Parts: sequence; C-alpha cells; structure tokens
Amino acid sequence: MIWFQLQSLVGSYPLALRGLGMTVALSGISLVLGTILGFALGVLRTSGSRLLSSAIGLWVDLIRGTPFLVQIFLIFFILPELGVELDAFTAGIIALTNLAACFICEIVAAGIRSVPTGQVEAALASGLSKWQRMRQVVLPQAMRVSLPPLVGQYVLLIKDSSVVSAIGLTDLTRVGWLVVQRVPNGLLVFAIVGIGYFIVCYPLILLARRLERRMSAAHGEVQL
Amino acid sequence: MLENFSFRTIAEYLPLFGNGFVATLWLSIVSFAGALAVGTLLCAMNLQRSQVLKLPAKIYIDAIRATPLLAQLYFLYFGLPRLGIVLPELFVGILALALNSGAYIAEIIRAGILSISRGQVEASVASGMTYSQRMRLVILPQAVRVTIPPLLGQAIVLVKDSALLSLISVAELTRAGQLLASDRFMPAEGFITTAACYLLLYYALKSLAVLSARWLGVRPIRVRA
Repeated sequence: MIWFQLQSLVGSYPLALRGLGMTVALSGISLVLGTILGFALGVLRTSGSRLLSSAIGLWVDLIRGTPFLVQIFLIFFILPELGVELDAFTAGIIALTNLAACFICEIVAAGIRSVPTGQVEAALASGLSKWQRMRQVVLPQAMRVSLPPLVGQYVLLIKDSSVVSAIGLTDLTRVGWLVVQRVPNGLLVFAIVGIGYFIVCYPLILLARRLERRMSAAHGEVQL
Repeated sequence: MLENFSFRTIAEYLPLFGNGFVATLWLSIVSFAGALAVGTLLCAMNLQRSQVLKLPAKIYIDAIRATPLLAQLYFLYFGLPRLGIVLPELFVGILALALNSGAYIAEIIRAGILSISRGQVEASVASGMTYSQRMRLVILPQAVRVTIPPLLGQAIVLVKDSALLSLISVAELTRAGQLLASDRFMPAEGFITTAACYLLLYYALKSLAVLSARWLGVRPIRVRA
C-alpha cells in the first residue's frame, strides 16, 4: 500500500515542480514589486503631506485589518465587475504586491522615523536637497533598522502566497491538494509540501535572525 | 461599475453574517486560549538547558514558522483521518490555529522573559531565591506585562488567519461572504461585508493593544524573526 503510494507520489513530481515554480514566481515577482512600492509609500508616509500620509495610513490599516483570503476574493471577483479583465495569476500578483507594499511601507516608515532629527538638520544645514537628504543620509541609516524585519516580511509573503491556491492557481499548496485526492495520505503529501516551503523559507528566517543579532550588537545591546 | 451595489441583499443576509461574526469570534477565542497553552509549554521547553526538551521545541517552532498555515491546515484535515482520528472541520480548524499560533506565542513569551534585565535575575539569586521562586516572584510578573501588547498583536493575526477555515468549509465570516457571493452572484456585497466585519475586530483589538501598552507603561519588546 505504502509502496503504491510512494510510486504514485514519485509519478507526480513534474506537477510538484510546476507548483514550486508557481510559488517561487508569485512570491518573487510580488516581492520585487512590493519592495519598490513599499519603499515609495514609506517615504511618502513620512515626508509627504499630512493628507497623503494619513491616506496611506488608512489604506495600510485596511489591508492589515482584513484577511488576505478576503483581499484575494475582492480583487479576483470585483475588479472584473469594474471592467478590469484579469486572470488568476495577475490577481494573485496584485494581491500579494499590495499586501507586501503595505507591510514594507510601515517597516520603512518606522526605519525613517528612527533616524535622529539631528541627522536631518545637519543634512539641511549642509545644503543638501530633499532628494539628496533622503538618499544619502536618511535611507542608509533607516535601512539598518529596516533590514531584519524586511527579510522577515519576505518569509510571510512566501507563506501567504499559498492562499492564492483558493482562486485555483496551481502553486505548491494546490498541488498538495490535487495529489491528496489521488493518494489518500494527507500526512505524507502535506509533509512533503511543508518541506518544499521550509527549504525556501528557513534560510531567510536564519538570515533575518543573523541581521537582527548584528544590528543589536551594533547598537551595544547585550545578547542573551 | 458597482452602481448596482445592493444594501438590501446585505440586509437580507445579515443574520448569516451575524452568525459568522459570532463563530469567528468564539473560535478565535478558543484557538487563542489553546495557543497560549501550547506557547507556554513550548517556551518552557525551549528555555530548558537539557537538549532533550529544548531540541524538539526548537524544531517544532521553526517548522511551524517556515511553513504556511494553509499547508498545516490541510496536513491535519487530510492527515488526521489517516490516523483514525475523525474530527469535525471546526475542531480541525481550531486545532490548526492553536498549534500554529502557539509557535509564535512561544517566541513572544521567550522575548518577554529575556527582556527582564540581568540585574533582576542576579539580585534574586543573591537573595537566595530558588529557580522556581525567581521565575514566579521576579521574572514572570514583569515578563507577563511586556508580553500583553504583542500577544494582542498575535490575536489580530489569529483572527485574520481564521478566514482560512472557510476553505475546509467551517461556517464563519469568510464563508458567509462566499455564500452570499455564490448564491446571488454578488461577490462585492459578500466580501465587502466580510471585510467590514474583520475590520471591526481589527480596530477593537488594535486599540486594546495600544491602550494596554499605555496602561501597563511597557516598551515594545523585540521578538526575533
């Protein structure tokens, strides 16, 4: 019985590879887009007009306050009603990018706020333009604070990408769901799915911890 | 456009959403209580010096944190019957949420305990306290205070995560939205109402987290990645 199941599992490895590819593509694309958008939003959140800042804050709250599954359903089922034709993959990318951008926006904004005002004043006094100030003084220092949670956020993004299986995208989780219909051994099938995610996520978690340790050491904190 | 947005249909389905809201609320509370128990146990194991208990706890925490909740949910949903354990979907969902959040809570409690300054521990050692007295009288009373705001943060995550239970057809908030969406072909009405209900819970818990941090006068602790 177990032999038969293992054979059947080995037979579905092309499907598993496709699923892994889909997961990597989804998270990779939305990771890059979300980072760019998140940085832009984070900068606007701290240095834009007050109206713009609270508008971004409200949007971030709306996204952080609702389940990602509901956001995917909203995008996938409602955008077509508004006349935007989109397939499941595009909907998944939009939802994941938006989610990543909102969380990264807050991480970047917190990093920017952590830069002492003296630094900004010194940059002003040196006659740096607004853009120079941001790029050469504030952001490099903000990045030190933002980098560990940013990497942690990427792990969350990869894990959240599993939710897009709900709109029928054949990612790693969906492949597990499909395989388990033929090979009725949920423990085995989803253990393998879990290992797939673990291989991608665990190195990132270790990297985030390493960055955290380095940062707290640089700030003279005692590591317990 | 959405000019046909029908508040009347939402009103018609309001009892369904009411039931979903109550279901999400209480299943989150039960799961959170379970997660606190799991998290405390894991943290206690993780803080031991002997690897016999420490290693399994570390492996469990990392395994949970490096894999998606949905995969864990399906692992239990399709896996438990294999072991001869047949539970209703609701119990499987609560179990998955408690086991998942427990791993995150273990790290929050650990961060809380480690945030107590070394001097406190040394002072209680110098006062001749035993390990259990030290924990009970000095460290835990202080650690509990600092963990309350991040624990409320984890509660927010848990409430949102509970939406995934709709995928194994547990009747909760997201399921109510799905029903309205598929019965009447009104996804906008269904999912916007669902989102509004979650936002209600989110803002309530968020305000509680902010207020509790102020009342307790605690600084944020850093929970590791």
